[in-house]
Amino acid sequence: MAEIQKSESSSGSLWTNERARGIVSQVLLVGGLIAVVWFLVFNTNKNLEQAGLGLGFGFLADQAFFEINQNLIEYSSTSTFGRALLVGLLNTLLVSVLGIITATIVGFVMGVLRLSNNWMISRMAGVYVEGTRNVPLLLQIIFWWTILSGLPRVADSLSIGNAVFLNNRGVRFPAPVVEPGFGLVIVTAIIGLFVALIISGWATRRRIATGQGFPSLWVNLMLIFLFPVLLFLMLGRPLSFDVPVPGRFNFSGGLNITPELVALWWALTLYTGSFIAETVRAGILAVNKGQTEGAYALGLRPGQTMRKVIIPQALRVIVPPLTSQYLNLTKNSSLAIVVGYQDLVSVGNTALNQSGHSIEIVAIWLAVYLSLSLSTSAFMNWYNSRVALVER
Amino acid sequence: MKVAKIATALAFAGMSVMSAASVAQAGTLADVQAAGVLKCGINTGLPGFAYTNDAGEWIGFDVAYCKALAAAVLGDPGAVEYHNLTGANRFPALSSGEIDALARNTTWTFSRDVDLGFTFIGVSYYDGQGFIGRKSLGISSATELDGASVCIQTGTTTELNLADFFRSNGISYEPVPIETNEEARVAYLAERCDVYTTDASGLAATKSTFEDPENHMVFPEIVSKEPLGPLVRQGDDEWADIARWTLNVLINAEELGVNQGNVRSMAQGTNNPEINRMLGSEGSLGEMLGLRADWAVDVIAAVGNYSEVFERFLGTDTPLGLARGQNALYKDGGILYAPPMR
Repeated sequence: MAEIQKSESSSGSLWTNERARGIVSQVLLVGGLIAVVWFLVFNTNKNLEQAGLGLGFGFLADQAFFEINQNLIEYSSTSTFGRALLVGLLNTLLVSVLGIITATIVGFVMGVLRLSNNWMISRMAGVYVEGTRNVPLLLQIIFWWTILSGLPRVADSLSIGNAVFLNNRGVRFPAPVVEPGFGLVIVTAIIGLFVALIISGWATRRRIATGQGFPSLWVNLMLIFLFPVLLFLMLGRPLSFDVPVPGRFNFSGGLNITPELVALWWALTLYTGSFIAETVRAGILAVNKGQTEGAYALGLRPGQTMRKVIIPQALRVIVPPLTSQYLNLTKNSSLAIVVGYQDLVSVGNTALNQSGHSIEIVAIWLAVYLSLSLSTSAFMNWYNSRVALVER
Repeated sequence: MKVAKIATALAFAGMSVMSAASVAQAGTLADVQAAGVLKCGINTGLPGFAYTNDAGEWIGFDVAYCKALAAAVLGDPGAVEYHNLTGANRFPALSSGEIDALARNTTWTFSRDVDLGFTFIGVSYYDGQGFIGRKSLGISSATELDGASVCIQTGTTTELNLADFFRSNGISYEPVPIETNEEARVAYLAERCDVYTTDASGLAATKSTFEDPENHMVFPEIVSKEPLGPLVRQGDDEWADIARWTLNVLINAEELGVNQGNVRSMAQGTNNPEINRMLGSEGSLGEMLGLRADWAVDVIAAVGNYSEVFERFLGTDTPLGLARGQNALYKDGGILYAPPMR
């Protein structure tokens, strides 16, 4: 045994020494990669100089001179390009967050329904999943937008109680106008929320230790809602509403949700929801059937079994693909440009045309979507580590 | 095998070195003649300027310029590869080299000329921006449009002029962003927006496609100067000269009375020296441009002179029904004036 010679590893020649060969090939590969990247950057810069376009982010401070119809923050046509891109980013975040919340709800419900014992329900859920999964998202967005454009014109708006108006330019509802004193109500509600969390934790620990129950749900509801509402009434209702009034062309006042936003949101929800439904179904099926049987044997009802036994274990399998679906939804929101919803890509496109700095704006797009995706997946990975089963 | 890994690494390094050999900057004229086809950027569809006939071929005012340029450079007006471009991708297409010339009702502005790095070779149509709205709105001026929804194509000078107009009049509007003229038409007819704004020629083109054009009115305000013209990339003066003088030939031909019918006979020789120089029977203007001596003959034989192109696609006999107005020759009360061919 000791006679075996390690002839290759320690001889002197560079060619026959295994370690030396490994190092040399790695150095050459890294050198080649650096050369390719450096060439790309150098070539791009040279072409830009020849075309007379400089590379630089200074244009973000120039005034944009175009309007954006849906802005969550202050914006006018004299604001800068940088602010316009920020408005677009907020619009992207808005539709992504709304889409993630509703897609998760739709996905979980549909996934569980597809496993139902009721033949009709499970088949209908199956039809939904297969139907929306296989049609391209772009077509679904256009489909919903076309349906929404069939709503009546402004002059014939449908109204609910003369305060909410529905027409083909969006749904207009009263905007809350905050008056002094309302801040106190909000602070009371937040304090109530913290106290409720503390009470929940204390009640759980007490139940584990002594077995005594505590009506924590009712106490929490009272803390979060009852006290702030009483304070609100005592302060003389410091909240008024800006009700939309019909003007010559449009309604003025109130908040408007454009049909573009709704179409994009619904299409994203239904499309991503079908993928999430399949992920949830896979997760539930991955849990050992013995768990279900054991829960039934202990006398738990099917609903309780699903909520307290199956889903917590299934989450281990569900959460990583769920992260991918959330990232897909965020990136798919860039299809907003096709219906005229001004998200980051749409506003960036306009800025790109008006200022001519295409490379910088594309770099901004890449950086923003990359950071959104990385932070989403970082959060989901942290959540995954929390729900993961600890193996002994 | 270890040898394979080293070989791959060497291949990477070798590829990067070889690709560093820079591409020689050939002139656009040589490229087009070598390719045998002119790549021309046009609109995705704008009645009068770029649209398809029953046979599916592209025709129109801007398309005629592409044909004229192809006739000048290649002798064949059909040797054109049309690229349909939206307001958003027209400039990247030109600066990247995807097209050789852009004839897409593009306004000549300072920032496009200076900042974006293009050369406008002249003005083919003097236009201005206006609004179109339903007569049932009951207003007679664009200054009464406070709070209206306005359909607007993104990435255009129209968008900027619209914001400026409303700001300077102290009124506000809700923009409805759209990509193409066709989308705007659909949204406007569905009353998603109250008014649509674009160049007055575009308004006439769109209005001509309505079922009930008498219910719509173009408001009297012309809120901007919109000199529309073809453009090429900066840095290739030889190509820009060819493009510029192709347009000037069309205008000079109208001024000198040369048209599609008589150009071939006039090319034999006339007693007007300027016509002779233009059509190549005297002088060497074609040679100076790097083209054939009868380049202008091919141009006018292909599309006619400026007035023939205008009347065929935009004139009073067409659905657009536009009068020459500012676009008449300077001798006829307009401002169309081309430098002399000598």
